Amino acid sequence: MHMADALISPVVGAAAWAATAGAVGHSSRKLREELDGHRIPLMGVLGAFIFAAQMVNFTIPATGSSGHLGGGLILAALLGPQAAFLTLASVLTVQALFFADGGLLALGCNILNLGFFPCFVAYPFIYRKIAGGHMKRWRITTGALAGAVAGLQLGALGVVLETWLSGISELPLRTFLFLMQPIHLAIGLVEGLATAAVVLFVVKARPEILRETEPATGPALSPRALAAVFLGAAIVLGGGVSYFASVRPDGLEWALSRISGPGAPGSTAGEVHDIAGDLQDRTAVLPDYGFREGGRREPAAATDGTPDGSATGAGKAVSGLVGGLLTLLIAGAAGFFLKRRHNAAARGGPAGS
Amino acid sequence: MGRIERHFQDIGYLDTLAGQDTAVHRLDPRAKLVTTLAFIATVVSFGKYEISSLIPFLFYPLYLLAAGNLPAGYVFRKVLLVSPFAVLVGIFNPLLDQEIHIRIGALALSGGWVSFVSILMRFTLTVGAAMTFVAVTGFNTVCMALERLGAPRFFAIQLLFLYRYLFVLVEEATAMVRARSLRVFNGRGMGLPAYGSLMGHLLLRTLDRAQRIHSAMWCRGFDGSVRVMRPLSFGRREFAFVLGWVAFFAVMRFFNLPSYLGSTLSEFMR
Amino acid sequence: MSHHIVEARDLHFTYPDGTQVLRGITFRITHGESVAIVGANGAGKSTLLLHLNGYLRPVSGELRVGDSPLTRENLRMVRRAVGLVFQDPDDQLFMPTVFDDVAFGPLNLGLPPEEVTKKVEAALQVVGALHLKDRPPYRLSGGEKRAVAIATVLSMSPDILVMDEPTSNLDPRARRTLIELLKGFQHTKIIATHDLDMVMDLCRRTLVIREGRIIADGPTERIMRDGQLLASSNLEIPLGLRGCPVCGEGTG
Ligand SMILES: Nc1ncnc2c1ncn2[C@@H]1O[C@H](COP(=O)(O)OP(=O)(O)OP(=O)(O)O)[C@@H](O)[C@H]1O
Ligand SMILES: [Mg+2]
Repeated sequence: MHMADALISPVVGAAAWAATAGAVGHSSRKLREELDGHRIPLMGVLGAFIFAAQMVNFTIPATGSSGHLGGGLILAALLGPQAAFLTLASVLTVQALFFADGGLLALGCNILNLGFFPCFVAYPFIYRKIAGGHMKRWRITTGALAGAVAGLQLGALGVVLETWLSGISELPLRTFLFLMQPIHLAIGLVEGLATAAVVLFVVKARPEILRETEPATGPALSPRALAAVFLGAAIVLGGGVSYFASVRPDGLEWALSRISGPGAPGSTAGEVHDIAGDLQDRTAVLPDYGFREGGRREPAAATDGTPDGSATGAGKAVSGLVGGLLTLLIAGAAGFFLKRRHNAAARGGPAGS
Repeated sequence: MGRIERHFQDIGYLDTLAGQDTAVHRLDPRAKLVTTLAFIATVVSFGKYEISSLIPFLFYPLYLLAAGNLPAGYVFRKVLLVSPFAVLVGIFNPLLDQEIHIRIGALALSGGWVSFVSILMRFTLTVGAAMTFVAVTGFNTVCMALERLGAPRFFAIQLLFLYRYLFVLVEEATAMVRARSLRVFNGRGMGLPAYGSLMGHLLLRTLDRAQRIHSAMWCRGFDGSVRVMRPLSFGRREFAFVLGWVAFFAVMRFFNLPSYLGSTLSEFMR
Repeated sequence: MSHHIVEARDLHFTYPDGTQVLRGITFRITHGESVAIVGANGAGKSTLLLHLNGYLRPVSGELRVGDSPLTRENLRMVRRAVGLVFQDPDDQLFMPTVFDDVAFGPLNLGLPPEEVTKKVEAALQVVGALHLKDRPPYRLSGGEKRAVAIATVLSMSPDILVMDEPTSNLDPRARRTLIELLKGFQHTKIIATHDLDMVMDLCRRTLVIREGRIIADGPTERIMRDGQLLASSNLEIPLGLRGCPVCGEGTG
């Protein structure tokens, strides 16, 4: 499932972008070192294959529903983790740009969730441990099932955590987890089956293809490097969160209040939360739907939910509404005139200009 | 399957739109990319109950739409079509956050509804901006911009290849699916075994194709790095575009225009 | 030194998976000749063509381009001198736009940008596709794709043009246009094909390959009349040489 820009806060988005950029850079460098030219078209064409693969379904016995190949694991098995990661990153970029699946800011999150976990965790630590270098049917099937399930569980966890940390959605962590993880268990099983079916076909028809990539990959990302990446992401995220909270209390304040929750009173996060709340009282960036006489901003109902139901409150709300409509009108009119002018120019102007 | 095919047609259409020649189309892609990213970052930085201050941000996608001569109806429909996840997650907000947030006369709006509307606004803005951006730039040019802005070259080239062969492979897959469906009876033949060999075949063909493309590249002097001649120039117009819009975003981030307009208007009426 | 000569001496080739494809191919093609290579599906035509510019290395035997044997040192020169046009233009046109694709080779040769532009435009002009310059390749018709694929090779100023089934998938008109275009080229031409009518039009000499060996090498006229020989290679006497079924007269 793709994260969307609308559900994400800038800090989470930026942290994920940073982590992703690091992983993309690392993979590109790694691949450039061992560059053999045929990788470039191979990766591109396999990326296109992943798209095409989503058009081909199979029916799942006894359920009446259908499934298809997800991509991460089979790419890793064919290309090795780094190249597979880059390929998936490209696939997700195309989806973000053209299908509006996700979005530009959420792209980092999506690459982490759907690319990083299957390629750098599920493939090297699960699939390859079970099925690597083997041509046995049960090993490949088990490896593909376990790998796909693990990759998707991690990915779903990523979605939940990123959404929760962003604090735009109201879904409580636990509910969201209970929604996402079981769904992705099912999706993972289906994807595992599909992956196994295709790998088994290739093993039978052209075993050299898989044998070729297996030894060349080497250790994908050592456990230490993996830990470093996670730590890095955590630091960026943590640092970003507290920095951001200190300057822009916004939606994060809500998330922070949960992090610091009842279990950890007086923790640093709690202090940050206090400071944030304090700052917010003073600057009041949160909803201000109105102005008092003289145009001074007035702190309105904030996250504590105190309703501002007084007459002035209603006045503010109304003025906000009217102003909104007005702005909309202006924007629409401006667009209309621009377009008219453009069309007129296209019609009246000399051909060539 | 229909979804992907529709997407695929959309890609072709977006390409056509990107092939136009307007002032925004001619701008250096880096300027548009940077501005669009700044736009999205600003939009998502608002608090979750923010609605009115998001409205002025419509100016940017509307500007691209109008100046880039894009069909508004098409873009709007596409934005609507792709919103499931945001709506799915956002729809819980009204259920979970029922505290009254604002009142307009007798009408009381809970915080949940406000934040839900805010999510939809963000969604429209971010998706709309990204789509109009692609439609006035074109995918290949976006890749060039990415590369010039520091994305690894390897990654950018890889994106170009993916995009190029998307069309070929989607066509191949469509043909295979069609051929299968003609021989499926009572759902027999739609199962996993047939799927495995169908996808396996497609995969092997894909690998062979990659091999042939590589040989075609090799025959024309390919030595590991792909060279593209595409002069990009970041001139005064680009600076004006970026600075102008970023300044607008910054002002709108901290100054609630609709609210101001509304209160001035009500004052005036009084 | 002239690059226009191609000579193969007892070429043998086996694919890594053990498929033995070439089993002793010998021929010599000289300056300005136009030679057709014909044979059944799977006879090894495409495989042979990939040897001519050094992409595949023979297991045994020798290939000479110009006056010297093909070695690692002169590989670059040979790659430029021998322009190979692939069977499926989709394999050949891999860049975002037609211009980028035609410029791919010259840029790899390290030419300066102005000269690249000049070469690209000249090559597109020759094949009549200059107006397609900014189009993406997947938006071209089959005939246009083929023309552009030829331009991608012409822009490197090759001495020898090697083509794999240039007329496959073309409608009669596009096919005719292509044949006329190729007729105008002064290059040494080597064309693998099943289109024997084109061979009649374009090539003085024909090589017939069967199971990796050359079973006939001679003037096209003679080979095309040898029904038995052609049949043994899954081919038929070209329509242009068959008697007219209506009026009963043979042409030529
Ligand atoms: N990459 C490859 N690996 C293994 N075998 C191959 C490969 N490419 C081709 N072959 C085999 O080599 C033989 C000759 O193939 P080739 O493509 O050269 O034939 P062709 O004469 O060009 O046939 P066609 O007329 O169908 O194009 C065939 O049996 C084919 O299966
Ligand atoms: Mg062939």
